[in-house]
Amino acid sequence: MSDRIEVQKTYKTYVGGSFPRSESGHYYKVFDSEGDFLANACRCTRKDFRDAVLAARAAFKGWSSRTSYNKGQILYRIGEMMENRRDQFVKELGQIGFTKEEANADINASIDRLIYYAGWTDKYQQVFGSVNPVASAHFNFSILEPTGVVSVLAPENSPLLGLVSVIAPIIAGGNTCVVHASEQYPLPSISFAEVLNSSDVPGGVVNILTGIRSELVEHFSSHMDVNSILYTDKLDKETKIKIDELSSNNIKRVVKKNISDWYETDSASPYFVVDFQETKTTWHPVGF
Amino acid sequence: MIQNNKFEVVPIDRVAVEERVGRLNKRSIKKESKVQALKLALSMVDLTTLEGKDSEGKVRQLCQKAKSPHPSMPDIPSVAAVCVYPNMVRIAKESLRGTKINVASVASAFPSGMAPLPIRIEDTKYAVEEGADEVDMVITRGAFLEGEYNFVFDEIAAIKEACGDAHLKVILETGELHTYENVRLASDIAMEAGADFIKTSTGKISPAATQPVTLVMLEAIRDFYYKTDKMVGMKPAGGIRTAKQAIQYLVLVKETLGAAWLNNEYFRFGASSLANDLLMQIVKQQTGHYQGPDYFSID
Repeated sequence: MSDRIEVQKTYKTYVGGSFPRSESGHYYKVFDSEGDFLANACRCTRKDFRDAVLAARAAFKGWSSRTSYNKGQILYRIGEMMENRRDQFVKELGQIGFTKEEANADINASIDRLIYYAGWTDKYQQVFGSVNPVASAHFNFSILEPTGVVSVLAPENSPLLGLVSVIAPIIAGGNTCVVHASEQYPLPSISFAEVLNSSDVPGGVVNILTGIRSELVEHFSSHMDVNSILYTDKLDKETKIKIDELSSNNIKRVVKKNISDWYETDSASPYFVVDFQETKTTWHPVGF
Repeated sequence: MIQNNKFEVVPIDRVAVEERVGRLNKRSIKKESKVQALKLALSMVDLTTLEGKDSEGKVRQLCQKAKSPHPSMPDIPSVAAVCVYPNMVRIAKESLRGTKINVASVASAFPSGMAPLPIRIEDTKYAVEEGADEVDMVITRGAFLEGEYNFVFDEIAAIKEACGDAHLKVILETGELHTYENVRLASDIAMEAGADFIKTSTGKISPAATQPVTLVMLEAIRDFYYKTDKMVGMKPAGGIRTAKQAIQYLVLVKETLGAAWLNNEYFRFGASSLANDLLMQIVKQQTGHYQGPDYFSID
C-alpha cells in the first residue's frame, strides 16, 4: 500500500447559494503566518461581482419579506452551525497566527454576535420606529425598511469575527449583500460561507468573493444596482474619495466605521442595523 | 407518416446542431463590436405586449418606449416594431405616426390558432384594416402533428392572401413540435406557402425560442434561399431576456445566413424585457459602470 495523498481543499467563492470559481480562471496565492504557501484563492473580477449583485438582487425580495421572527431563527441557526465547525475554524485561524485560545475566543465572539443580532431582528423596528406628533388630523408614523443590496469591504485583519460582525447586522435588517473577504486571509471567510450554506440562509442573501481589493473597489462603489456600501478599515484618502464619488452616481448610502478591535463593545450595536435601513413616514388621515 | 410527398423530411443531426450552437456561443464580442451588436440588436426588437390586461395607456407607453428607448441618450436607435393584439393596432398606429416603426399584430386566433379558418381570416383582415404592417399568425400544430401538412400549407396560404401588402410572420410554436425534423419541416411548409418571416414561438408556451431550434430554422431559410432566391426573415421569440443571449443569436445569423440578414428587415427579436437589458448594457459600455433597472423605464 502506498501512502495516502492528502486531499487539498479548493477554496472557491460563494454566489447565489453555490460555490463557483472566478469566471476569469485567475487565482492568487494565500500564505500562512510563516510565509509558507497555504492555498490558491479565486482572484475575482468585476464580472464575478456583477453576477453576485444579480444574485443578491434576486434574493432581496424573498429575504426582506421573511418575517422578522424567521430572520432571527435563521441567524441563530448560523450560530448553531458555526459551533459544529469549531475545529475547522480553529485550524484555519491557527494557520494565520492565532493561538488555540485566541482562535476559540474569536469563534465564541462570532457565534455570540450572531445570537446578538438574531435577537435584534424583531426589536429594532420597535426601538427605532416612531409615532410622530403632528398638528393636524393625521396619524403620523415612521417605519424602517431595508435599504436593498449592500456591498461590503470586509475587515482585512479580522477574517472571521470581523466578517461576521459586518454581515450579521446587514442581513438581520432584511438586506442582502456582496462581501469582499479579507484579501490576505480569505480562507476562514470562505469556510464561513460553507456555514451559511448549511444554515437555512437562502442562496444569494450573502455572497462572498475573494480577490485583490484594489481591483474591486471601483466596481463595489459604482454599480448602479447596489444601494449601499460599507467599509470598516482605515483607507487612504484617494480610495475614500473614489468610493464617495462613484457612490454618489446613484446616491448609495456610504457607511464608514472605523473599527480596529472587533471585541470592543461598540463594535456591535442595533445602530449598525439601522445604518442599512430607510425610514418611511406615513401620514394617515384620522377623524375626530 | 408523410401523406404528401411534396414535403420532404430533412434529417437533422441533433448532436451536431447543439454542438455547433455551443461552439458559436464561445465567440467573444467585445468593446466597439459589442456596442455595435447591442445597438443592432435593439433595432431588431419587436417590442411586445400580449396580455389580456393590455390597455390603451399601456400600448401608448410602449410606443413611446419604441420611439425613444432611453430619452437621456438620443443616439440610441428605435426598435423595429411594436407587436400588439388586433384591437390595439389602431392605438399603436396612431402613436407611431410619422416614425419608421412598424405595427405588428398577432392575428388568426392567437395564441392557440384553434378557430375555424374563415374566422382566422376575418381576424387577420381586421388587423390589416386597422393598419397593421405585419401580421404574426400561428399554425395549427394539432394538424401538423397528425401529418396534415396540406392543411397547414393551405391555412398559411389563405392567411397570406388575407394579409395583402402586410408582411406575414408564421409562428411554428416549436415548443409543441417535439423534434428538430418537425421544426425543419414546418419551416419548409411555411416558406413554400408564402411566409415573409418564420418565427419560433408565441411566448405562451415553454420552451419558447432556443438557439438550436433557431439554427435549424436558419438553415431551412438558407436552403430555401439557394432553391428559390427568396430571402425569408427569422424571428426568435420568447425567453430571450439578456443582451448576451441576443448577441449569441446574432452570431448564429451571421454564421448561417451572412451579413445580408443582419438587419431588421430580415431578423427580429420578439421580446419585451430584452430591450431594457440591451439598454443597460449599452449604457454600461458608455459609462463603464454596471447599471441597475431602477434607472430604466419599467415596460
